[in-house]
Amino acid sequence: MLSSLIFIPLAGMILVMLLPKNAKSAIRWTAVGASIPPLVLSFWLTYEFFVNHASSAAMAFVEGPYEWIPLLNVQYYLGADGISVPLLALTGLLSTISLVASFGIENRVKEYFAFFLLLEAGMMGVFVALDFFLFYIFWEVMLVPMYFLIGIWGGPRKEYAAIKFFLYTLFGSIFMLVAILILYFTSEPHTLNMMELIQSGSALPHTLQLVCFVFFFIAFAIKVPVWPFHTWLPDAHVEAPTAVSVILAGVLLKMGTYGMLRISWPMFPEAVRYFSFWIALLGVIAIIYGALVSMAQKDLKKLVAYSSVSHMGYCMLALGAVTSVQAITGCMFQMISHGLITGALFLLVGVLYDRAHTREIAVFGGLGSKLPVYAGIMVFFSMASLGLPGMSGFVSEFMIFVGSFGALNKVLVGIAVLGVVLGAAYMLRMVQNVFLGEFNLSKWGGLTEINLREVITVAPLMVFTLWIGLYPKPLNELMAATMEHLVTLMAR
Amino acid sequence: MEFQLPDFDLRVMMPEIFLFLWALVVITFDLSTKRRSGAAVAYLAMFGLVITGILLAVAGTGAGFGAMFFNDAASIFFKVIFLGAAFMAIGSSFGLLRQKIQHHRGEFFGLILLSTVGMMFLASSNELLSLYIGLELTTIPLFVCAAFFKDNRLSVEAGIKYLIIGAFSSALLLYGLSLLYGLSGTTDLLQMRINIATTHLNFREIGMLPMISVIMLVAGLGFKLALPPFHQWAPDVYEGSPTPIAAFLSVGSKAAGLIAFAKIMINGLQVFYDQVMAPSDWGILVAVIASAAMIWGNVAAIRQANIKRMLAYSSIAQAGYIMIGMVALNELGMAAVSFYMFTYLFANMGAFAVVAIFEDTTGSTQISSYNGLAKTSPFHAASMSVFLLSLAGIPPLAGFFAKYYVFASAIKMAGAADDKSWLYWLVGVGLLTSVFALYYYANIIKTMYFTTDESPYRLSVASPGSAMVLIGLIGVLLFGLYPTPILEFAAGIPEALGVVVP
Repeated sequence: MLSSLIFIPLAGMILVMLLPKNAKSAIRWTAVGASIPPLVLSFWLTYEFFVNHASSAAMAFVEGPYEWIPLLNVQYYLGADGISVPLLALTGLLSTISLVASFGIENRVKEYFAFFLLLEAGMMGVFVALDFFLFYIFWEVMLVPMYFLIGIWGGPRKEYAAIKFFLYTLFGSIFMLVAILILYFTSEPHTLNMMELIQSGSALPHTLQLVCFVFFFIAFAIKVPVWPFHTWLPDAHVEAPTAVSVILAGVLLKMGTYGMLRISWPMFPEAVRYFSFWIALLGVIAIIYGALVSMAQKDLKKLVAYSSVSHMGYCMLALGAVTSVQAITGCMFQMISHGLITGALFLLVGVLYDRAHTREIAVFGGLGSKLPVYAGIMVFFSMASLGLPGMSGFVSEFMIFVGSFGALNKVLVGIAVLGVVLGAAYMLRMVQNVFLGEFNLSKWGGLTEINLREVITVAPLMVFTLWIGLYPKPLNELMAATMEHLVTLMAR
Repeated sequence: MEFQLPDFDLRVMMPEIFLFLWALVVITFDLSTKRRSGAAVAYLAMFGLVITGILLAVAGTGAGFGAMFFNDAASIFFKVIFLGAAFMAIGSSFGLLRQKIQHHRGEFFGLILLSTVGMMFLASSNELLSLYIGLELTTIPLFVCAAFFKDNRLSVEAGIKYLIIGAFSSALLLYGLSLLYGLSGTTDLLQMRINIATTHLNFREIGMLPMISVIMLVAGLGFKLALPPFHQWAPDVYEGSPTPIAAFLSVGSKAAGLIAFAKIMINGLQVFYDQVMAPSDWGILVAVIASAAMIWGNVAAIRQANIKRMLAYSSIAQAGYIMIGMVALNELGMAAVSFYMFTYLFANMGAFAVVAIFEDTTGSTQISSYNGLAKTSPFHAASMSVFLLSLAGIPPLAGFFAKYYVFASAIKMAGAADDKSWLYWLVGVGLLTSVFALYYYANIIKTMYFTTDESPYRLSVASPGSAMVLIGLIGVLLFGLYPTPILEFAAGIPEALGVVVP
C-alpha cells in the first residue's frame, strides 16, 4: 500500500518520458493523472488510520522488513504512524495542486513533469521509510529533481539558487550519513532498522548520543531551515517556479522537522533534554529574525519565504519543549498548517506574478478594487498566516505557546509570542500596500482576475485551513496516541 | 638433490594466453587486409575480450606455475574490471577510426589488448618479479597509445610525459621491491608475509631500511594511481591522449595499480600496518596521501575548463576515496575498494564515452561547448548527468553505494581498533570534499541543461559509442539498486588477499 505511494508517481514519470515532446497537454494530464492515485490513497490511509489505528502508537500499514542488501543489513521497510500519515496526505494534496498549477509551464514541459513526479516519489518515500538506508536514499533522491526544477525553470539567478540548495542540503546529509554509520556499527547486532535503533538508542553512551544528535541535527536543521542555516531558503524560493516553491515550503521544509520527530528526538532522549533550551532558543531567534526580515522585504515572494523561516521557528520552539505532548502536537499542527497556508500564499503570489511580471510590493496598490476575488483569497490566507482565530495557524500557534510555556523558560516563550505581533505587522503591511490605497489604472488596468484553474488550486487549501481552524479535534485524535508515545520515549 | 618441475597448470592461465594470442591476431588481421580493415578490427578486438571473459569463467579459481600464478576471488574480480574497461574503451574508439586513426588500427587495438593482458597477469601474480613484469606490460603499450596522434603536439607530449613518469615510478617501485627482497629474503609474497611476521619486531631495530622501502613502494605505486604528490602527470596525459585511452588509463590502469598495491602492501606487508611498526607503518602515510588526493583533486577540478582535465582531477579524487577502503584494513575494506572500482568502471567509462562521442562530433573538449546539449541530445546529456551524479555519490546510483561501503569500512575499523581512530578524520575529509565534488560535477549538468540556448551539435544515438554509454547507464542504475550479487562476490576478496582482521 505505502509502496504504491512511491511507485505510482515513478511509473507516471516513466510514462511521461515516453510521451512525445510536443504533446504538451497529454503530458500535463498524464502527470496530474499519476498524482491522483497517491492523493486518493493518502487520504484514504489517513481515514483508515483515524478509524482503525489511531488508538495505538504502533506503525500501521507496515511493509517488510524485506531483505534488500543482506550483506549490509539494508532492508526495504515501510510504515506510517500518526506523525507520517498527515504529512503523506499533505504531500499528496500539494503535489496534485502543484502539478495543476504548473500548467502554465510552456518550456520543456516533458522534463518538467517527469522531474516533478520523481520529486513526489522521493517525498513520499521519506515519510514512509523505516530503514535508515532507505530513508537516506529518498532524502537524497529528492535533491536531484529539485536541482533541475529550480535550475531550468527558475528566475534570473536560478543557477546560483539551484546549486546553493543542492550543496547546502548535501552538506547536511553527509553528517547524517556519518551518524547513521556510527549507529549501525554500535548497534548489536548491526542494524539500520529505525524502530530497533529507537528502542536501543537511549542506551547509547552520553557522548555518543550527543555527537549523533548534533550530526542529525545539522542535517535536519538545514532542511527546516533553522537560523543560521536558512540562507539557502530565500534564494531557492525566490528563483524557483511557483509550483516548486509550493512543494519546497509545503513539504520539503517539513522533512527537517519530520526527521527530528521520527529520528533524533526519540532516538537520543538524553541529548534532546540536554539541548532542549538551545533548540528552543534557535526557534525563538528564527521566529523573531524571520519576522523582522520579512518586514523589510520589497519582494512579495521573499516576504513569504522569510515568513516561512519565522513559522518554522515555532516548530523548533515546540520541539524544544520535549516534555509537553501539547507542544509536540502543536508542532505537527504547525507543520501541516504552514504547508497549507504558505503553499497557498506562494500559489497566489505566482498568480499575480504571471499577470504583472513583477513581485515588488511597492509598485502595486489598490488591487482590491480591480481584482476583488483574488484580493479576498489573498487576504484570507494572509489572515491565516498571521494567526487569526478560526484558522489553522491560530490553533497550532496556540498549542505551541500553551505547551511550551509550561515546559520551557517563560521569558523565552514570552519573546516568541512577540513573533505573532510581528507576523501581523508584516502581513498587514503587505495587504495594505498591495490591495488597499490608490489604484494605478494606467499601469495595472490590464490585470485580469484569478481564473477558475487557479481558484481550484487554492480552494482545497482554504477548506483545510478552515477545517483545522474550526474543528481541530479529528486531527488531534489522529495523532494523540503517537504523540503520547513520543513524549514517553523522550522521557527515557 | 632432486629437481622438481613446477606444476605448469595452463588451465588457470587460459584467458591470458588467449588474449595475448588474440592481440597478435588483431594486428595480423589489420596487416593482412592491407590496413583497410576499418571498424572490423575493433569489433574483432571486442570479440576477443568477450571470449576472454568466457574463458575466465571457465578457468575458475586455482593456482599454476608453482605459487606464482593464482586465480582467486580478488584476481578474477579485477580481471573482469580490466576486461570491461578495455571493452568500453575500444567501443568508444569507433569515432576515432573514421577521422583520426586512419593508419595502424591493428596496433592501436592490439596494444590495448596487450596492456589488458599485462593487467591480468598482474592481478594473478603472487610474486614480486612477475608482478613487476605484469605492471610493465600494462604501462608500456599505453605509452604508445597515449602518443598515438603523432602529428598532435599534445598527444606526443602526453606520451613522452607518461613514458618518463612511468619509467621513473617503475624505478622507484623496483628499488622498493629490491629492498623488500633484501629484508625478507624472498620474492614470494606469501613467504615474505611469513618471514616478516616471524621477525617483524626485529624490523624496528633495523632502522631506516623498512621505512625507505615502504616509502619507495608507496611513491612508485602512487605514481601509477595518480595520488598526490605524484599526480601531476595525469591531467596533461588525459588531455593529450586519445579519449578512449584516457578512459582506459583512468579505470583499467588505476585498477591495476590498486591490485598491485593490495598485493604488495596487504598480502606482503600487512604486518607493517600497525602502530608498533612506526615509522614504517604505511597506514597513516597512505591516509595522508589519500586526504591530499581528495582535497587537491576536488579543489583543482573546480577550476578546469577542459572536460578531460576535469575528469582527470576527478579521478585523482576518486582514487583518494578508494584508498580510504584500502587503509581500512578489515573484512570490509578491500571488498569496498573492489566494489568501488567496479561501479567506477561504469560511471567513468560511461562519462568518457560521452566525452569521446562529443569530441568526435564537435572536435571540442571544452566544458563550455556542452552548452544546451540537453535539447539536441537528450540521451547523452541525461546519461552524462547520471554518470556525474554517480561519481558525486548521489543515491540511488551505484557510486553512492560504493562510497557508502568505503566509509562504512573505515568507520567500522575506526570503532574497532583504538589506534585507528585517525580513520574518522579520513572519513570526515572524504565526506566534506564530496560536497566540493558535487559542485563541479553539477557544473557540467548546469551547462547542459540550465541554458535556454540550443546546442548546435547533435550526437548520434545509433553508434557503438552510444552503446557503451548505454552499458554504463545500465551498470550505474542496476548496481545502485541491486548491488547484492557483486557485493557478495566482492565480500570474498579481503580473505583472498589474506587480510587479517584485528
